Amino acid sequence: MPRIGVVTFPGSLDDHDALRAVELCGAEAVPLWHGSDSVDGVDAIILPGGFSYGDYLRCGAIARFSPIMDTVIDAANRGMPVLGICNGFQLLCEAHLLDGAMIRNVDQHFICRDQRLRVETIDTVWTKSFTKGEEITIVLKNGEGNYQADPETLKRLEGNDQVVFRYLDNPNGSANDIAGITNARGNVVGLMPHPEHNVEELTSPSLDGRKFFSSVLDFLAVRA
Amino acid sequence: MSRVIVNVMPKPEILDPQGKAVTGALGRLGFNGLSVRQGKRFEIEVDGDVTPEKLAEIEEAAERLLANTVIESFEVVTD
Repeated sequence: MPRIGVVTFPGSLDDHDALRAVELCGAEAVPLWHGSDSVDGVDAIILPGGFSYGDYLRCGAIARFSPIMDTVIDAANRGMPVLGICNGFQLLCEAHLLDGAMIRNVDQHFICRDQRLRVETIDTVWTKSFTKGEEITIVLKNGEGNYQADPETLKRLEGNDQVVFRYLDNPNGSANDIAGITNARGNVVGLMPHPEHNVEELTSPSLDGRKFFSSVLDFLAVRA
Repeated sequence: MSRVIVNVMPKPEILDPQGKAVTGALGRLGFNGLSVRQGKRFEIEVDGDVTPEKLAEIEEAAERLLANTVIESFEVVTD
């Protein structure tokens, strides 16, 4: 059975939801700790949502220098699937595994809602089970989800098909309606919405989050 | 003990929602014609003298941690 690790940082909130989602979707969930430099031989890594270090300095800026992050960065550069959700996305940007940065939502509000998204590319290890152009609903909850990058970076992301998800009704001022992006290789994906909250009928308005996990499990099965 | 200041500001082309909110509040208080951009100031106490090497080190610290140069610019100032 594939093993998917979820890193807990001081201030992570959704690490247990992510671990549970991994299990519900058919993989072994492996808790990982920020203070260790080991990822315990996992096949994929999730950086969960929350408020690591209280969002002090900038979201994800301090967690980015946790001992585990050097190992995560090495693994990502060798092609391991890495998914950053919300605070995890901010962390991936701070670590320069993904381009750009998040600033405060344009109207200053903390936004918490079921967010409609369009899947723009299925050419990543975390989205291959979707269809291109598919419209999905995923929980969104953050105060600093306003994605920004300089014009050349945006042009490169668009040109290389690295915009993975776009908001259907941009809630926070993100450039080009961007909700999630990938790296050039397609193994590292970050997004502000929370797919781990959309895996169970009891608590979710959709089960669209399940396809993130089936995507990576498909990828790992083919590779094995 | 010497002191070095690092000022961090959102880049001019990056929207500053906090500065915009403060600007709006100032207008409502009757302070008109004032436009605010909000940044951060770090006061750094340095053991011993502020040598050029120390300043270069603080410059590197600002680049790596204190500012995110994707969206922010910074300046290092001796106090």
